[in-house]
Amino acid sequence: MKYKDYYAVLDVPRDATAADIKKAYRKLAHKYHPDVSKDPEGEEKFKKVGEAYETLKNPDKRAAYDRLGTHVPGDDFEPPPDWKGQFGDSHASFEDVDLSDLFASIAGGRRRSERGRGVPRQSGEDYESTVRITLEQAFGGTEVELNLSVLESDESGLLRRVPRALKVRIPRGATEGQRLRIAGKGGKGHGGGRDGDLYLDVHLEPHPLFRVDGHDLFLDLPLAPWEAVLGGSVEIPTLRGSVRLKVLPMTQAGQRLRLSGRGLPKPVGDPGDLIAIVQIVLPTELTDGERQLFTRLAEESKFDPRARIMSEVRDEL
Amino acid sequence: MSFERVEGIWLTNDPIPLVEFLELSGISETELRELIDYGALLPIDPSADPWQFHAACLLTVRTARRLRESFDLELDGVAVIITLLDRIRDLERQLNGLLALSPGRSQIDAG
Repeated sequence: MKYKDYYAVLDVPRDATAADIKKAYRKLAHKYHPDVSKDPEGEEKFKKVGEAYETLKNPDKRAAYDRLGTHVPGDDFEPPPDWKGQFGDSHASFEDVDLSDLFASIAGGRRRSERGRGVPRQSGEDYESTVRITLEQAFGGTEVELNLSVLESDESGLLRRVPRALKVRIPRGATEGQRLRIAGKGGKGHGGGRDGDLYLDVHLEPHPLFRVDGHDLFLDLPLAPWEAVLGGSVEIPTLRGSVRLKVLPMTQAGQRLRLSGRGLPKPVGDPGDLIAIVQIVLPTELTDGERQLFTRLAEESKFDPRARIMSEVRDEL
Repeated sequence: MSFERVEGIWLTNDPIPLVEFLELSGISETELRELIDYGALLPIDPSADPWQFHAACLLTVRTARRLRESFDLELDGVAVIITLLDRIRDLERQLNGLLALSPGRSQIDAG
């Protein structure tokens, strides 16, 4: 079994009072709790802090932990002989058992390793995991591979981490932040309690072309000035291949052109829309002919694009 | 390594009956009623008997349970945090929607 220094994790001395331990835990929990922290590694750090506190806040667990003495964190060590009777049956092997899982066995004086009659009904642990998928995968549905480490009791009643490999079907309908529940794929229930569930937090990888709002997709649609003025039909990409979009004459920059049902599919109901936002872009270089045409347009046109803002200024004065 | 193939269901607006909701969320009916009293969540139709909840509410209650256990909080405190977290999520959604409208802008990563 690998040693973990719970006092060092909470940054408290070994003779810290229960109040000091609670205070240290709370300070770190505020910093790293996944529901309130923005630290990308917060969840992992919080797990370590929570594991240390779970053991040190309980006088029985803390006393059992203290009896291990001090070792270098990560070093293998042999637990005292009487632990076999306390945590499992006499044939129990502590090899590959995680220290935290062993201490989890002492829950309020009740050993989770006790089996058979009298075992309280207890639901299995729920697990949460995060997956990142592409917009194309969200559009068509996909399958992701997950490797979990799930708590299960072995024959001697000890809790052990068991690897579980899943291929999870992500149905069509995903969008950013949507959650999927996979029933019964968490930890095993005890005493007839139901098995825990697996919750998947789905995130979308940023896409080079499309931005996402719910199930709607947004695309910047660059138009040449003459296309915006004269209108026409332009080809644009969608997640289902390219389509032709009608641009009306005198289309303004920032105008939104909606293609109904061309966004992401929803779990139920009509799919979202694809919204093309017009941008009027200029060529970076002009031929002599183009420059002459623009010059002629400048001489010919009476259009004043700043008429409104200048009249506002004049009204103020 | 061999993989077990599994399917999931989206947590959206599907109704979950009270008994199943309590089992899945891992809190007692008393605690659930207290959270409802504090305004942290609502049944689909508060006048219905028995209540049903949107599947997405499971996440709210699971967060409540996590916060209460992690910080040793009373449920009224948990309800305040949940209400504020909901507002933050709502604002993040609005910000994300605005960024989706802004040409050339990358969106926030809520993950």
